[in-house]
Amino acid sequence: MNLATYFMEATYLIASVLFVLALKGMSHPETARRGMFLAEGGMFAAIVGTLVGQHIVTWVWIIAGLTVGSIIGAWMAIWVPMTAMPQRTALSHAFGALAAALVGVGEFLVHAGDMSVVTRGALGFEVILGALTTTGSLIAAGKLQGVIYGKPMQFRGQSIVNLAIFLAMIGCFVFFWIHPEAQSVFYSMLGIAFLFGVMLVIPIGSADMPVVMSLLNSYAGLAAAATGFVLGNNVLIIAGTLDGFSGLILSILMCKAMNRSITNVLFGGFGAVIAEATSNAGGVMREISLDDAAMQLAFANRVVFVPGYGLATAQAQHAVRELAELLEGRGVTVKYAIHPVAGRMPGHMNVLLAEANVPYSSLYEMEQINPEFPSTDVAVVIGANDVVNPDARDNPKSIIAGMPILEVDRAKSVIVLKRGQGRGFSGLENPLFFKSCTSMLYGDAKSSLSHLAQAVQHV
Amino acid sequence: MNPAVLIASVYVFALAAFLGYQVISRVPPLLHTPLMSATNAISGISLIGSLVLAGAKGYPLFAHILGFVAVTTATINVVGGFGITDRMLKMFGKRKSETKAAAQ
Repeated sequence: MNLATYFMEATYLIASVLFVLALKGMSHPETARRGMFLAEGGMFAAIVGTLVGQHIVTWVWIIAGLTVGSIIGAWMAIWVPMTAMPQRTALSHAFGALAAALVGVGEFLVHAGDMSVVTRGALGFEVILGALTTTGSLIAAGKLQGVIYGKPMQFRGQSIVNLAIFLAMIGCFVFFWIHPEAQSVFYSMLGIAFLFGVMLVIPIGSADMPVVMSLLNSYAGLAAAATGFVLGNNVLIIAGTLDGFSGLILSILMCKAMNRSITNVLFGGFGAVIAEATSNAGGVMREISLDDAAMQLAFANRVVFVPGYGLATAQAQHAVRELAELLEGRGVTVKYAIHPVAGRMPGHMNVLLAEANVPYSSLYEMEQINPEFPSTDVAVVIGANDVVNPDARDNPKSIIAGMPILEVDRAKSVIVLKRGQGRGFSGLENPLFFKSCTSMLYGDAKSSLSHLAQAVQHV
Repeated sequence: MNPAVLIASVYVFALAAFLGYQVISRVPPLLHTPLMSATNAISGISLIGSLVLAGAKGYPLFAHILGFVAVTTATINVVGGFGITDRMLKMFGKRKSETKAAAQ
């Protein structure tokens, strides 16, 4: 080892430590940002270390790649609106995974002959995980952006087809493991993995995206870790594993918040089945006028806002904050109740409300806010449906039975802001809407909220 | 990869997994979106593998081209990921008093 190599290894060690410190900083909003500066520093050190320590002879491709990547990356970082955060995150999972897969292909091109058995195994994992995460994330991003139809796409015999694809992929992997010289098998494996990624995400509905996003996050990380095994590079293993486990923990949390198993999310095709008369919903929905709703809010003591994905689609985060401020000005206590799977990715609602300058101290998690609903005068549900469906608690036959919910039905009165009378995304009837304490305010969430704010001013 | 290196790598993997579990289970749900985009940016570390592919000695031209694409996508991930994470965390960093002041 020469000096340059030692320098490179030292930067890798520093980077690994800084990455861990960065994630530790994430445990509190006050320290999170400083933590990320550490991670950025670590990344920069690792890049410089690599450029110094490896025998780089061709700079053209590197400079071109860094330049193009930085321009696109910076453009994304600056211009993507907060409402489009799920799509952007999915897209960037695709980019990270594609890089891992391509590095794998490159390694195969150059070193296929002299790889050990273990390295070949790791290479197989890297390429498979990288490729399926790439296409899977692209499909997820397409669904979230609305380019691809968001409902689950299912057909007869789908699981058999998927199983066949999976077995073919594993078959190629094993064959390549034993016969590294079989180029066509390696490339078939790559192709099948791309296809498998598509097949894996296509049957999953948009409402289940929080779990899928977390899983893809995990796969992208594990692909990077496998790259580390192939290249014998510890910083890749550490960073990839941290990412992999972060994604895994998030997906477990999301599954818990829906009371479903990961297999059920991946293969259940939730939302395709319209629940047939298992709901005890019935009766009439009571509509409320803007002025009456404003009156109720203005004379309440405690108001809880319950945002859902509808808040994001209507881009109503600023409107809700304005209304909340007016109410606070009248002495009303305002809180926000955030369900773990509200929105399309973990923490989606928190980010939107933070963008609208809602202080994070008024955002409450499900466990904290649920005991407070009985003493809440008005709960305002904004574009949320399944996460406030009392059937999950009361009706064991419901397909969402057992999912923990925000118990808004225990509040003294409930105002539901909803686009129309139709069912929510999952196609389930929601008995909450038929309760006597519930009143419906139809219309676009953003305009409803700003009209409410005007009306509150005139009360 | 010889057995000693492999075993060392497996140790690194296992310890990193354990550490990751400990550290990440403390992240509040409030910060789950920034967490995801931050870990995603960090896993853009595959950039350093891409750099080698794009420019190191003894690689054929086709590998350099694959490396170029990999460097590009990994850089998008790193720059975009850190950039957007910072943008999000800036929003969370605002204290209540500042928010009130800004609103008036």
